[in-house]
Amino acid sequence: MTASEDPVLQPGDLVGADTATRGKFGVFGGRYVPEALIPALDEVAAVYEKARTDIAFIREFDHLLRTYAGRPTTLTEVPKFAAGAGGARIVLKREDLNHTGAHKISNVLGQALLTKRLGKTRVIAETGAGQHGVATATAAALMGLECVVYMGAVDCERQALNVARMKLLGATVVPVTNGSQTLKDAINEAFRDWVTNVDSTHYLFGTVAGPYPFPGIVRDFARIIGVEARRQILALTGRLPDAICAAVGGGSNAIGIFHAFLDDEGVGLYGYEAGGRGLASGEHALTLTAGTIGVLHGSRTYVLQDEEGQTIESHSISAGLDYPGVGPEHAWLKDSGRATYHGITDAEAMDAFALLARTEGIIPAIESSHALAGALKLGRELGPQATILVNLSGRGDKDMGTAMTYFNL
Amino acid sequence: MTSLAAVFEKARSEDRAALVGYLPAGFPTKEGAVAAASAMVDAGCDVIEIGLPYSDPLMDGPTIQDAVHRSLLNGTRIADVMRTVEGVAKTGAATLVMTYWNPIDQYGADRFARDLAGAGGVGTITPDLTPEEAGPWREASAGAGIETVFLVAPSSTEERIGIVADCCTGFVYAASLMGVTGARSSVGVAAEDLVKRTRAHTSLPVCVGLGVGTGDQAAEVAAYADGVIVGSAFIRRLLDAPDEAAGLFAVRELTAELAAGVRRR
Repeated sequence: MTASEDPVLQPGDLVGADTATRGKFGVFGGRYVPEALIPALDEVAAVYEKARTDIAFIREFDHLLRTYAGRPTTLTEVPKFAAGAGGARIVLKREDLNHTGAHKISNVLGQALLTKRLGKTRVIAETGAGQHGVATATAAALMGLECVVYMGAVDCERQALNVARMKLLGATVVPVTNGSQTLKDAINEAFRDWVTNVDSTHYLFGTVAGPYPFPGIVRDFARIIGVEARRQILALTGRLPDAICAAVGGGSNAIGIFHAFLDDEGVGLYGYEAGGRGLASGEHALTLTAGTIGVLHGSRTYVLQDEEGQTIESHSISAGLDYPGVGPEHAWLKDSGRATYHGITDAEAMDAFALLARTEGIIPAIESSHALAGALKLGRELGPQATILVNLSGRGDKDMGTAMTYFNL
Repeated sequence: MTSLAAVFEKARSEDRAALVGYLPAGFPTKEGAVAAASAMVDAGCDVIEIGLPYSDPLMDGPTIQDAVHRSLLNGTRIADVMRTVEGVAKTGAATLVMTYWNPIDQYGADRFARDLAGAGGVGTITPDLTPEEAGPWREASAGAGIETVFLVAPSSTEERIGIVADCCTGFVYAASLMGVTGARSSVGVAAEDLVKRTRAHTSLPVCVGLGVGTGDQAAEVAAYADGVIVGSAFIRRLLDAPDEAAGLFAVRELTAELAAGVRRR
C-alpha cells in the first residue's frame, strides 16, 4: 500500500455537531432563525449525526480528501522566515496546497456529500473573497449539483477573477446590492434564498458561524487539519508544539487546527483577527478582541455592533477576514481562556506576506499572513526553545491584485 | 389603547377577520411613519405592527429592506421606535413592535418590555426568536404585561407548531408560504392548511402574513384566518408616491380596499 492509500480520516475524527447541547458552547451558539428553517436545520443535524459514524460515509469522504483535495497536506519548516521570531522554530501546516487553494475544500466536500444524503439537488453559498464560493462551485461541478453563490457586489468587483472561476465551474453568481454589499449581506441573501427553496436546496455554509448545527459540522469537516498536523508535528519534532497560530475571520481554519489539540494543555492556542487600520481607526474586524456579545446570523457570539444591536461594518485588507461576527465556539474558547485572540493590522499582515514570499518562496493568502505575523510576535515572547505551528490556511494567488497595489509591483 | 383580545373579539362579533398593518418606524420619516400608521388605523386597520429597523433583516424581501435601510439612514433609534408606538397607540389601535431579537437583547429585555408597555404597546412579534431561546423574553414580557407573538411556517411539524403556540400570547402568526416578506400575485396554498393545523394546538387567534397585498387576497385569507397581515404593499404605496400627501392618500386607499376584503369572507 502506498502512502496515498492510507486513510487520512479515521472513525471518531468527526466528533459530532454538539447535538447534546443543541449547539451551545457555554452561553454562545444556539439558533436564532425563522421558524420556517427549523425543520431543515433539524434534518441537517440528524443526517450528519448518522453520517459521521457511518463507515461508508467516512470512506467516501476520506477518498475525496486524498484523491481530489490532495490530503494529507504536508508540514514545512521555515527557518529563514523564523529568523525574526526570536529563535523559535516555525512550522507551517500547508493548507495552501489543497485543491482550490485553501482549507475550505474539506468542508465543502463533506457538505456536498451530506447534500446528496439529504436528497437535495441544489446548493447555495455565501462568499466574501470568493474562496468558499469557488470551493462550493468546484464540489457542485464534481457531484452534479446546481450551485448559486451570493457575493456582495463590492466583493464581486474586488475579486473579479474568482467570479470568473465560479462561472467557469458552472455556478451562478448573484451580486448582492443591499446593505454594505459585502459578506454579511451575502449571508443575509443566502438565508433568504434558503427559506424560499429549502425543499430542494442545502445551504452549504462556509464557516463555523451560523445557527446549530453549522458550527459543529463545519468544524468537524475542517478538523482534519489538526488531526493530521498533530501526528505530523510529533513525527517531525518528537513532541507537541508550544503554540498554534491561526487567522480568525469566521474561524473555520482556526477551529480546524485547534480542535485536535484542545485537550493538550501545554499547547497554547492563538487566533489572530484582522486589525485593519488599527483599533483606534474604527476600521477593523476585531470581533473577539473589541466586539460585544450579541446575535448575528443565527448564533449568539461576539459581534461588532452598536449599543442598540445594529451591526457595524468591518474592515480588513483581507476579504476572508472582513466579517463582523465570529464562530460561537471561538467566543467560548476566548471566555474559557483556552484560546487567546489578538489583532494584526493590515500593515503587519502585508509585511509577513512579503517576508514569507522572499525568504521561503511561498506566497501565502493575506488571511493566513495574519497568523504568520502573529507567529513572529509570539516567537519573540516565547523564546528560542519554542516550536510554533502555523496554519497556512490558503495561498496568495487570489491576492495578487491587492499585493500589486499595496507594494506598487 | 386596545388589547389584542378586544380586537379579535370585536372582529368575531362582526363576523370578519381583523386587519393588521405593518410599517417600519422612521419610514418614510420619523413623523411620516406615525402619520401613515394613523391613516391606516383611520381607514380600517385594527392592529398596527411597528417595525424596528435592523441592519441585517434576513427574513425580509426587497421592499421592506429598502424601507428599513431608509429608516436607518434617517437615524432611527429605539427611542424613536417607542415614540412611534406611543403616537400610533394614541389612535386607539392595538400596537405591536415587530423586531429581530438582537436589538431587544442589546437594549435589555426587561427594559425593552417596560418601555414598550409604557409607550402603550401591547406586545411584540419576534421572527428570529425560536422557543428554545425565548425564555428571557417571555419572562420579561409577562412581567411588563405585554404579549409575545411567534411564527409558525408551512414547514413546521405538528410538534413544532405545538411548541411555538405554547409560547404565544395574543395570537399566532402563520407565515403563508416558505419565503421572505413581500407582496405576491397569490397567497400560498399552504396557508389554509397551516391555519387548520395550528388551530389543533391552540385556542388563540391565528393571523396570516406574507404575500398578502390586495383586497381579494385579504378576502381569501379572511375566509379561514382570524387576522390578515399586510406589510410590503403599504410600503410599496409610500415608496411609489411622489410626495407625502400622495403617499398618505394611497395608503388610505389600500387600507379601505383591504378592510373591505376582510369583511367579504
